[in-house]
Amino acid sequence: MGYMLNGTEFEADEEGYLTDLTVWNPDLALLIAESENLEMNDERWEVVNFLRSYYDEYQVAPAIRVLTKALTKTMGPEKGNNEYLYELFPYGPAKQACKIAGLPKPTGCV
Amino acid sequence: MADAAKTPPAKPAKAAPKKFMYVNRRAPYGTIYALESLEVVLIGAAFDQEVALAFIDDGVFQLTKGQDTKPLGVKNFSPTFRALGDYGVTKLYVEKESLQERGLTIADLQAVTYEDENDGFKEKPSIQVLTRAEMGAIMQKQDVLLNF
Amino acid sequence: MTMLHTINKSPFENNALSSALKHAQKGDAILLIEDGVYGALKGTTASGDIWARRVDLRFYVLSADLSARGLAKGQLIEGLNLIDYAGFVDLVTTHKSSQAWL
Repeated sequence: MGYMLNGTEFEADEEGYLTDLTVWNPDLALLIAESENLEMNDERWEVVNFLRSYYDEYQVAPAIRVLTKALTKTMGPEKGNNEYLYELFPYGPAKQACKIAGLPKPTGCV
Repeated sequence: MADAAKTPPAKPAKAAPKKFMYVNRRAPYGTIYALESLEVVLIGAAFDQEVALAFIDDGVFQLTKGQDTKPLGVKNFSPTFRALGDYGVTKLYVEKESLQERGLTIADLQAVTYEDENDGFKEKPSIQVLTRAEMGAIMQKQDVLLNF
Repeated sequence: MTMLHTINKSPFENNALSSALKHAQKGDAILLIEDGVYGALKGTTASGDIWARRVDLRFYVLSADLSARGLAKGQLIEGLNLIDYAGFVDLVTTHKSSQAWL
């Protein structure tokens, strides 16, 4: 499967993860979110942007435990917890937020 | 027998964490070993065991700084070592003799640090240079050793 | 507190045997399996490494891998122990840990 945006097709794997993370752009993120039945808001963008900057720095998507710990540190405990993240991304922050952020599917996590 | 009946059954003790050591002996891009090792470390870190990484022989090449794989078109995974601290992996043992044999010093390696939660999140180095004798001794203290 | 080291590569292919010997501690066991059994041959450029540690380490060779390769005991460095698969299992269970050098 892939994503069609303004007449351009963006390749994705069978689960909807972009095959080339460098083609990502915010409009594409909106489209991927839509296909996940999610509407992007400030809170979701905050997580997606965090994932992108983490990947940019370490070339790996953080495990959920690492994500919550890092969000606690930067945004406080009310955002650095599983409940908050699952509220934003009901099918799992890694599964959905990473997909929207254009990152590869994280190894061995939700 | 009566006494035994009064004694509640012993609670199953929580298994003590095992000491895992991943022994890296190969250079980063010529084979898949180094990347596989790192992926296993990241996945294994979810299991709350005590994890240490050893870099011996050509494994020390995995930590050199300034790696740029763009011309090669493969993923540069050297920055991922710097994420290990977030995963609770804070012991990267590098063998002194292996460095010397390859004309390297610690200055040729990238800095890898972690934030010590038990010490006010102070940033501390993860890489420790050990002699071959020390490395051999530390291997003996492990429960599980995985060679890559 | 002893470790079992298994080596499955020929010493002429990579440094698994040499590195294992450099890190093994007194009392450890070294088991040569698969192409590792070539390291047991006497009179090679590699046999000196084993000979130098013959006193403080114990050496074992998996006989099935030897015979498969047409090697006989007479061709091996003296003092190595030939074992079968049951002996392999015994070595695993009688050591605190094991490390498979690749």
